[in-house]
Amino acid sequence: MIRFLLAFLLTTLSAPALAQADLQTILQTHADEVESPGRRTVAPVIEDLLASGLPSVPMFLEAWQGRDIVRNAEDGLFYIAGAEKDDTVTLIDIASKEPVATAPDAALSEARPNGGVRRVIGAALVQFRLSDPDPQARRDALASIARRPDADQIEPLRGSLDTEENARIRAEKERLLNILVARFGATTQARVDAIEALSGSITPDARAALAQILETEEGVGTEAPGGNVAGPVTLSPDEAYARLVDEGLAPPIVTPAAIRDAILANAEGDSVAGIPLATLNTDAARRAAYDRLATDGRASPFVTQAQVDAALAIHRFDAIYTEADPAVTEAALASLSAVERQVALNQTADLALDAISLASIYFLAAIGLAITFGVMGVINMAHGEFIMMGAYTGYVVQQFVPDYTLSLVIALPLAFVVAAAAGIAMERLVIRHLYHRPLETLLATFGISIALQQLAKNIFGTQARPLTSPGWLSGQWVANELVSISYIRIAIFVLALAFLELLLFILNRTRLGLEVRAVTQNPGMAASMGIDPDRINMLTFGLGSGIAGIAGVAIGLYAQVTSEMGANYIVQSFMTVVVGGVGNVWGTLAGAGLIGVLQKTIEGFNPSNTLAAQTYMILFIILFIQFRPRGIVALRGRAAEG
Amino acid sequence: MTDATLSYRAQRPPIKRTSTMIFLGTLTVFVVLVTVLSGADLISTSFVKLLGKTLCLALAAVAMDVVWGYTGILSLGHMAFFGLGGYMIGMWLMWARTEAIVQANLATQSLPPTPAELRDAIGGQIFGVVGTSDIPLIWSFAHALPLQLILVVAVPGLLALVFGWLAFRSRVTGVYLSILTQAMTLALSLYLFQNDSGLRGNNGLSGLQNIPGFENTSQAWISLTFFWASALALGLGYLLFAWVVSGRMGSVLRAVRDDEARVRFLGYHVESFKLFAFTLTAIVTGIAGALYYPQAGIINPGEVAPIASIYLAVWVAIGGRGRLYGAAIGAIAVSLLSNWFTSGGVPDIDLGFYEIRWTEWWLVLLGAGFVCVTLFAPKGLGGLVDLIARRTDPDRQGAYGPDTGAKRTSEGAE
Repeated sequence: MIRFLLAFLLTTLSAPALAQADLQTILQTHADEVESPGRRTVAPVIEDLLASGLPSVPMFLEAWQGRDIVRNAEDGLFYIAGAEKDDTVTLIDIASKEPVATAPDAALSEARPNGGVRRVIGAALVQFRLSDPDPQARRDALASIARRPDADQIEPLRGSLDTEENARIRAEKERLLNILVARFGATTQARVDAIEALSGSITPDARAALAQILETEEGVGTEAPGGNVAGPVTLSPDEAYARLVDEGLAPPIVTPAAIRDAILANAEGDSVAGIPLATLNTDAARRAAYDRLATDGRASPFVTQAQVDAALAIHRFDAIYTEADPAVTEAALASLSAVERQVALNQTADLALDAISLASIYFLAAIGLAITFGVMGVINMAHGEFIMMGAYTGYVVQQFVPDYTLSLVIALPLAFVVAAAAGIAMERLVIRHLYHRPLETLLATFGISIALQQLAKNIFGTQARPLTSPGWLSGQWVANELVSISYIRIAIFVLALAFLELLLFILNRTRLGLEVRAVTQNPGMAASMGIDPDRINMLTFGLGSGIAGIAGVAIGLYAQVTSEMGANYIVQSFMTVVVGGVGNVWGTLAGAGLIGVLQKTIEGFNPSNTLAAQTYMILFIILFIQFRPRGIVALRGRAAEG
Repeated sequence: MTDATLSYRAQRPPIKRTSTMIFLGTLTVFVVLVTVLSGADLISTSFVKLLGKTLCLALAAVAMDVVWGYTGILSLGHMAFFGLGGYMIGMWLMWARTEAIVQANLATQSLPPTPAELRDAIGGQIFGVVGTSDIPLIWSFAHALPLQLILVVAVPGLLALVFGWLAFRSRVTGVYLSILTQAMTLALSLYLFQNDSGLRGNNGLSGLQNIPGFENTSQAWISLTFFWASALALGLGYLLFAWVVSGRMGSVLRAVRDDEARVRFLGYHVESFKLFAFTLTAIVTGIAGALYYPQAGIINPGEVAPIASIYLAVWVAIGGRGRLYGAAIGAIAVSLLSNWFTSGGVPDIDLGFYEIRWTEWWLVLLGAGFVCVTLFAPKGLGGLVDLIARRTDPDRQGAYGPDTGAKRTSEGAE
């Protein structure tokens, strides 16, 4: 009280200062509440401030919220505390934002709003921030409203809508306004309109608002409940009875555990109710003992099935909306089902994107194999190791070229060269001698595969090596809250398409392609036409292996580079080629598409279990081959004979 | 029937009989030797275990030889049957052992447990690691050894029967069949890797070396007994397969390998013969697995992975396809060598600028060696026996007949 008088005296004494700003006047009328505000007392201050419409109000509120407001004991005025030096603080005027005076630290008392008060101040600030010239500040304000929706925010939000020029923020404001009105609107009609406007929105907060309106409480009773009833709750008899027990409306069922506890609790030495404990090693014996305890009144009696049925028959279980207005809940129900349809649609779209991206990875991994296995009929178990070689080439290049974009540009052709060279060497040294023994090719190339894997382990170590993608490939393309895909996957998709085109061009439009097809169909005839089958086989094998190398760089960018990365793809790759149809690039595309879509679809049913998805996919493929042993795109005519 | 064919048929069995007798004789001598050495404490228990496990692998390799070397089906799934056999016996071993432990724990309580409580406790013990205590349906027979022993035979057999029927019926052959069997193996191992597969996910089954009912017997005796059992199984399996591949049945199987279409035109139901060979070998491989894993002590889904089956094919190829003793020799030689190299038993070679540590370089050596065997010695180690026996096959590249492998002029003139 004395302080108040003192402050009053000081205020009247420093009359000239009063004229400097109306803001200061308003503050002085509420000086005590400003200096040590409480959650309840602060409301009139803020009301007055907002009513004044002064341009300096938002800045003051921010400083207040940030605990920067001090009161100078010498003149009793409020200032913003500036820099402090040698216990002397620069005082900044709250209206003009100019440093006007200095004061010793001891003479200043800080206004210390507590957390609750700062929230109130923050809410008041929101309306200023909603019209802030900086778009980011406006977005932040919207986000803060979305975090803590409140009936008070409807008016400021509506007010800021007219002046909003940015179309995106305007749409966001409208959406948020709808959410607020849907939950806190004044009239039923306003709320229903807002809820209907939400039906196209798939954002989580809109869904949460609708779900909140539709919140129910489940009640148990013997008669029909009053209020806004959502409908009866379907429960299994066991659940229903358990709920009755929870509500204290029925005695609990005697479980084996309860029998056991009762027997142990009433045991006298080695026996209970005259029965030795050692004989109670079956459920029937224990029930008999418990029955004796129950007749003695030392345990609650068994609940019979008839009792359970009777209790369930007289009780009913209903869900009742916490929202009392049936019109609102009805509108929300309709709106929510529309939203859920939208969400399902978008999730399907997202799944489709995932499937395409997985399919392009399989396609990339398998396309080299489609040439060596599909066109030449050579089983190359070391194909996965060529993928690994390509990935390690990319890793090594990144060690020497620090610029990620440039290193990628170097790595892609280099990976092709490295893997192609390895492939050609393998063809010349090993596979050439085994063209008539395909099963042994499988085993010999498996030998090469384990040797190469171990070599990679010896050289690069067992830990995974990173292959960093350039900055422009990181991040993801976001269509909306549910549909998004990372740029790296888009790049892999584009790469897969490019390879498809390239291979089709080489095989169908070039001299090499013509010769490859000729040698594939009939080596003897091709040789008599002047084609060197040895050379063609070598080049084809080099091409297939080189493409595996490039696939390795692409796969390494989104997965990690290990010595076993190739082995993870080899079985899938073979299956892609076999399912698609051997000897045809389109077949490989079809196979990769089928496997990718299938795996993602199965995953869609149970997203947490990718192992199960793979298992079922392989089982499906085994069955699929029963019905189309030659794959989706089967060769016809003579070419199919081999 | 001409005299020539009759005399040919009359000649053949003694040769086979000889190799079988020599193999069984060698096996017997080996068993006696190991028993004596082990009795005299000259070799360790773990080495006896290693030998026992190797004999099981040899049995699997002999079965693989029948299906690949004789029938021409390169199955990349036989180690899956081996693993399944192991899982089936492992379920009983684990159940019985856990039951004994749980019973001992609950016996200290004043109130004896009911059967339901016992079951719950066992379920909690076994499946606690995968976050459940419910006992999956596939463990319904785990409490009874005879039932589980039937499953050792039935599960791999049925899987092989169904899979083989599907595959052979649609005439998937050659490399496609290999890839299909590999897909089956991959599917199985991925399934087993799941926690809700009911077989403890990637934890697998463990503690299998403790045989319930023999807690007081020393591990030395147990491993020796298993060694004998493995040797007996190998001997019986060898006899069975020697019988299968000799005589008419063997001739048809070899004919299927060499030209399936021709055999079909001759009126044989090729699919039945292939299915028989596939299923029979799967069952024997399953039995081999059931003997192997109690000696190994642990089984997990990694053992079923496709690579294990490829290794089996590698052993058979190195040993020599198309002769049963070759497969056994290959499996024994490669797995013992592999063990020797990877356990650090081989001294490292210091080249001055680089030190070759065999634990790191063994797989490179194996891979390279394997390529060399495929390229230069298609007969494998078994080919050495031919050299010793001075039995060289006629070089069948020649003027007679349309294909490679047709008889030479000289043979035709006989």
